[in-house]
Amino acid sequence: MSLADRQDTMIASSNAWEGGMGSAGDYIALLKPRVMSLVIFTAFVGMMLAPGSVHPVIAAVAVLCIAVGAGASGALNMWYDADIDRIMSRTAKRPIPAGKVTPDEALAFGITLSIGSVLTLGLLVNWFAGAFLAFTIFFYAVVYTMWLKRSTPQNIVIGGAAGAFPPMIGWTAVTGDVSLESFVLFLIIFMWTPPHFWALALFKKGDYETAGVPMMPVTAGETVTRHNILAYAVLLAPIGVAPYFLGYASVIYGVMAAGLGLAFVWLSYDVWRKREGDAAHAASVRLFKFSLYYLFLLFAGLLTESLIKGFVA
Amino acid sequence: MTQKDDGIKLTDDQQKKRRSRSVAIALSLLAMVVLFYVVTIVKMGPEILNRPL
Repeated sequence: MSLADRQDTMIASSNAWEGGMGSAGDYIALLKPRVMSLVIFTAFVGMMLAPGSVHPVIAAVAVLCIAVGAGASGALNMWYDADIDRIMSRTAKRPIPAGKVTPDEALAFGITLSIGSVLTLGLLVNWFAGAFLAFTIFFYAVVYTMWLKRSTPQNIVIGGAAGAFPPMIGWTAVTGDVSLESFVLFLIIFMWTPPHFWALALFKKGDYETAGVPMMPVTAGETVTRHNILAYAVLLAPIGVAPYFLGYASVIYGVMAAGLGLAFVWLSYDVWRKREGDAAHAASVRLFKFSLYYLFLLFAGLLTESLIKGFVA
Repeated sequence: MTQKDDGIKLTDDQQKKRRSRSVAIALSLLAMVVLFYVVTIVKMGPEILNRPL
């Protein structure tokens, strides 16, 4: 090929460049706004429960940075997982498989926001919180997405830690350190994540199978998954009540958490005993939906009590 | 003879989307400036007013 021909080819290919097709809305979609809203909520609860106080502006900055950091790790996740997102019905419409954002654009976006959120949190709030956020992004993007997700059926167990860190980061933004109370908030989300995602994996098993993601129902079978869901539910229920036993939640919270925990165990038992047909499918969907309410109500209960305490004091 | 390189040509749709991204970046930068300004004032606290005239 002559130099002139090569130049023609380069021009032709540059004119066919496919980047730049994403609108601002597509980039917002890369941040996984629904996951972000849960992160904002739990981080905020962590901040409100932490002893001591912080200026409202600093608190708002901390929540913003944690939210952007979570969004950045979502963008990095979508960059790395674009190949399997294309295959699964639940994720096929994400910006990269839909052809709206190129993988390179998503990677650049994710890295920029990661660095920006960590530096801003470190500079404006405190460096311990900044370092914690950096670790969380690394854990989700590298440890979970790049390593565990495609290599072990325990992916969701260990990877779930990344989603459980936000309330601890929120707590750290106020106190500058970690404590048993903040660790319990982490533990609630950490123990909640596996049954939540395994319930989803039970009724979306085909998707994970096609994409080659080793979720537990695919690798170990549905029966083993059902045993695990029930075991985690039994462990989760008392951890949900722990804030009451540790003295930073009232008896009203304790009763509510115990009731919700029992309901979680009951619905998990329902998933465990109904193993065939529509009844099994409905039981997993029911547990999946309830698990969302469960986590929201526990944290909403803690937040409400902390707000009431704030007004009374 | 080789074709003249006009660079990358954006379609109307691409131009519209680039504009929406540019506006979003501008707003984000503005928000960052305001954020750092407000936090600086907050961190200085009331001491900012306590200076010799």
